[in-house]
Amino acid sequence: MDEINVEIKDAVLEIKNVSVAYNKGNYAVTNVSAAIKRNRITAIMGPSGCGKSTLLRAINRMHDLYPNIVTEGQILLNGADAAKMSTMMLRRKIGMVFQRPNPFPNMSIADNVIAGYKLNGISLKKSEKEEIIEKSLQDVALWKEVKDSLNQKGTFLSGGQQQRLCIARALAFQPEVILLDEPTSSLDPISTKKIEELLIELKEQYSIILVTHNMSQAARISDYSMFMYLGELVEYGKTKEMFINPKDKRTDEYLTGKFS
Amino acid sequence: MVSSITEIKETSNHQKWDARFIKDKIFTGLIILFSLITISPIVLIISKLISKGYKQINLSFFTETTPNTYQAMLANEAGNTIPGGILNGITGTILMVFLASLMAIPIGVLIGIYLYENGTKRYAKIVKDITDILQGVPSIVLGLISYFWVVKFITNGFSALAGSFALFIMMLPLIIRSTEETFKMIPVSIKEAGFALGVPYHKIIFRILIPSGLSGLITGILLATSRVIGETAPLMLTALGSMAVNLNIEKPTSAIPLLIWEFYNDPNMVDLIWASSLLLMMLVLGINLISKMIISKRNL
Ligand SMILES: Nc1ncnc2c1ncn2[C@@H]1O[C@H](COP(=O)(O)OP(=O)(O)OP(=O)(O)O)[C@@H](O)[C@H]1O
Ligand SMILES: [Mg+2]
Repeated sequence: MDEINVEIKDAVLEIKNVSVAYNKGNYAVTNVSAAIKRNRITAIMGPSGCGKSTLLRAINRMHDLYPNIVTEGQILLNGADAAKMSTMMLRRKIGMVFQRPNPFPNMSIADNVIAGYKLNGISLKKSEKEEIIEKSLQDVALWKEVKDSLNQKGTFLSGGQQQRLCIARALAFQPEVILLDEPTSSLDPISTKKIEELLIELKEQYSIILVTHNMSQAARISDYSMFMYLGELVEYGKTKEMFINPKDKRTDEYLTGKFS
Repeated sequence: MVSSITEIKETSNHQKWDARFIKDKIFTGLIILFSLITISPIVLIISKLISKGYKQINLSFFTETTPNTYQAMLANEAGNTIPGGILNGITGTILMVFLASLMAIPIGVLIGIYLYENGTKRYAKIVKDITDILQGVPSIVLGLISYFWVVKFITNGFSALAGSFALFIMMLPLIIRSTEETFKMIPVSIKEAGFALGVPYHKIIFRILIPSGLSGLITGILLATSRVIGETAPLMLTALGSMAVNLNIEKPTSAIPLLIWEFYNDPNMVDLIWASSLLLMMLVLGINLISKMIISKRNL
């Protein structure tokens, strides 16, 4: 824990005393504080219902959509209060990828990649468009597979390809942080492996927060790990250390499969 | 020994298989029988309409207005087809259904979206109940309402506008409900993908949800159209009818079902009843087929 606090200047995100309640007084996330390191993969683990998704969605203020949800605490992006940014600016800097691939069914592959620009009314020159589409698809290793069918609907791709397209859509906005909520849980092992390799490459340019149910996935690709339990952040540290020598009894029990 | 045992086994198996085979046959037979019972009215209606109506269907049927009863009588006596056509009805139906759609589509779709977004709120529940009630109101009552509102106070007389207002109220609940159902079928995650890109709410509706659900919306609109296209009662109280082609929305206007009713009351025009009904039936069937095609394409 200390080490993470010392390196706070390397933090891309600072989560400070964040609590989220879906119904008044009924907290799904309680008082979580953590500094997320830049250009690293941080995994959020924990049993089902412990608040992983809820915490992740607090980071890019997805909860704003639902007026009943109460979010407390503060989130700083590069030291600036996220609550004070426009949602468009904030979500440009913090991209999100969901559990199930969700390309826009009414758009072509190319349009899906630049959907963030199109839907926000940001006009691009044709050359800029092509550049962003090609670079984003190349970043997710999808370019070769789809470069001849850019005008086809994104929904015709396989599940794994669709998920990479969704990552490309998030990357196209050149965010600083990418939030991924169990991005491989609906995919087959081969697609999963591809996305894991991709995430390792992407951390050169982006900071990644990955919610995962899968402990071995966290062990394989993350640099830092959080373990959450019943809405609390129980333990947060270097993944290796956490797996070898967990400090909290509950972390130990979770990692050794005593509950899940 | 061994061979006789297998023989017995085989025969008993065979018998079992036979029994199942017979059951299967009976079941299939019943299904075919019931399907025939279900489709026979449609087949009977269409064949009757074709056999009785085809004589009158010629170019002038679509390009000329209704003849007067004297012309029809002369033609009948001479054994000729009745001269003239139902152009005034065709144009009137198109005009009134178009006006009704012009009102019902935007309002119905917007209310449908509102219900989809706020389905659990109290006010939305009230709107939903009203929609359900509206769907059950007899069309003649809607005609009366339009009569008291539009005929008496807006156009000061029978008019296409009054007719289309009655049709509009009939279409409204159908479009509201189909819009809501269509949007419910779009996964929430598609909407959230838009929000995660910082897209403002109205653009998510107009640039993501509506285009994604377009085939469903169109289907709902087409079905609502085919539902009102044959309505007669509300138009009798509102549009009244007209012998000439009328495109002025403040003037009395004819429609295909209104003409059918008029022909029915005129012994000289009997042949035109069948031809007009055939046309109406084909319109409704055509619209239904198109929406079926859209639905099956969407499910691919
Ligand atoms: N929309 C919601 N309304 C009310 N309660 C919710 C809602 N979403 C989640 N919860 C509750 O909040 C708690 C945390 O849920 P969350 O989805 O964050 O868990 P999670 O750790 O992501 O679980 P999983 O691994 O199953 O995805 C759970 O108790 C859940 O029941
Ligand atoms: Mg979750």
